[in-house]
Amino acid sequence: MDDTFFSTYGWPALVMIAQSLLVLVCLLVFIAYILYADRKVWAAVQLRRGPNVVGPWGLFQSFADLLKFVFKEPIIPSGANKGVFLLAPLVSVTLALATWAVIPFNENWVIANINVGILYIFAISSLEVYGIIMAGWASNSKYPFLGALRSAAQMVSYEVSIGFVLVTVLLCVGSLNLSDMVFAQRDGLGTMMGLPASFLDWHWLPLFPMFIIFFISGLAETNRPPFDLPEAESELVAGYMVEYSSAPYMMLMLSEYAAILLICSLTTILFLGGWLPPVDIWILNWVPGIVWFIMKVLLIFFGYSMVKAFVPRYRYDQLMRLGWKVFLPLSLAMVIITAFVLKLMGWA
Amino acid sequence: MALQAVFFYLFAFVAVASAFMVISAKNPVHSVLFLILVFFNAAGLFLLTGAEFLAMILLVVYIGAVAVLFLFVVMMLDIDFAELRSGVLQYAPIGVLVGLIVAAELIVVIGGSVLTPVAASSITMPIPNPLVRTNTAVLGDVLYTHYVYFFQIAGMVLLVAMIGAIVLTLRHRQNIKRQDISAQVARTPETAVEVVKVKPGQGI
Repeated sequence: MDDTFFSTYGWPALVMIAQSLLVLVCLLVFIAYILYADRKVWAAVQLRRGPNVVGPWGLFQSFADLLKFVFKEPIIPSGANKGVFLLAPLVSVTLALATWAVIPFNENWVIANINVGILYIFAISSLEVYGIIMAGWASNSKYPFLGALRSAAQMVSYEVSIGFVLVTVLLCVGSLNLSDMVFAQRDGLGTMMGLPASFLDWHWLPLFPMFIIFFISGLAETNRPPFDLPEAESELVAGYMVEYSSAPYMMLMLSEYAAILLICSLTTILFLGGWLPPVDIWILNWVPGIVWFIMKVLLIFFGYSMVKAFVPRYRYDQLMRLGWKVFLPLSLAMVIITAFVLKLMGWA
Repeated sequence: MALQAVFFYLFAFVAVASAFMVISAKNPVHSVLFLILVFFNAAGLFLLTGAEFLAMILLVVYIGAVAVLFLFVVMMLDIDFAELRSGVLQYAPIGVLVGLIVAAELIVVIGGSVLTPVAASSITMPIPNPLVRTNTAVLGDVLYTHYVYFFQIAGMVLLVAMIGAIVLTLRHRQNIKRQDISAQVARTPETAVEVVKVKPGQGI
């Protein structure tokens, strides 16, 4: 009895826990260096040096920051709603890390290969707004509250166009599974023209407008500049994070960067062929898929940090106009056009 | 199956307990947060029955959109709870009546399917094998193939409701500055800049 119970439930559970821990640790280290890279890119654009004191070239800066956050005293404002105040960073960080369960890093390298993977990610990332709203409300102070309201409106608005972008990709793929989305990009426009399998087959080319919309909506969804109105430092100090300090603040920061990385990975999977090499020749095929995946994620992230460095912040009404009056009609039109093209050409 | 039973009771217990907290919490924001927990656990229950698409849609639509707006409104309102609670017993008879009606309907539906399972299953469509066709595709069949007109009519009703809400609340104020993006973009140096020669000491 014990033996069968262990082999049916115990062993798979242990394997799953081990996989999750591995992904978690790799992800956290990756986030530490993504943060460093973000600051370095930003500094380079502004002709500064960026972090360069802790470790060689400042490589250990993020870990020094981590120690600082952990050992400082968390301060809870006396007027704050204590339970919700502490729950908010926990909710954000849990949700931000939970989405990584369905991301395929390589062929069969995925913790949970579920049928509705893309919907799972969409659902969980639509919950991420709660961390922010709860943080803003529980702080019981003006700036966090304004930041939370802005953020809620912004994230709900841009989720709509992200949803339509996902629908277009789904129409082309015919499956909600993330691995299937990568497999579907092994042949496409390039192979139709008689070329060998290459980066021309990936979805970014036929769905180019959607690729751009997804990139910009991703910026807005993760509250990155130029859409960082929820934490606009010139008006709201730090928005919903004003009252947070030490470890809870670190959690909010961590979840923000995990969400940014998630959007980068999602762009990679949906539009840039996931783990597929750019050209299908043996020397590139020999490189492990995870390397291509990480390189593509880094490419997208480089785009994100460059945008942060040189695009000025949007005004709130401009942000809403872009979301509702430009992206929504455009993405809706693209859904219809894609559906018609697929049906008329017999590709669906 | 044992594991599924454990998760079923976990989700069901948390759902019922937080549903109770929704109506008993003092702070309305806490109520909404507990409501979100109820939705979340309901999604978990859907997952256990294999309706993964419904579970995710529940998360996206109810938690991701509807409850956000709920929370939005409740946070912005400044409600006096003592005043709100003063007349609560007045509504008790209506509440009990509604509860009884819902309970009676549930008993009729569940009792019907327990007593005569054949009759109950004959009015529903046969359930396709989940291994052959995923439940996402089956839901698509039902909505967009078998009941497409009903679906379209429901969409029209929602559209009319939306237009009605916009018409009722939209006010065009005349004397405010609005940004006209196309006019801004269409500006050229010829139309935007006027070169004036000013004589010294005279001004314009």
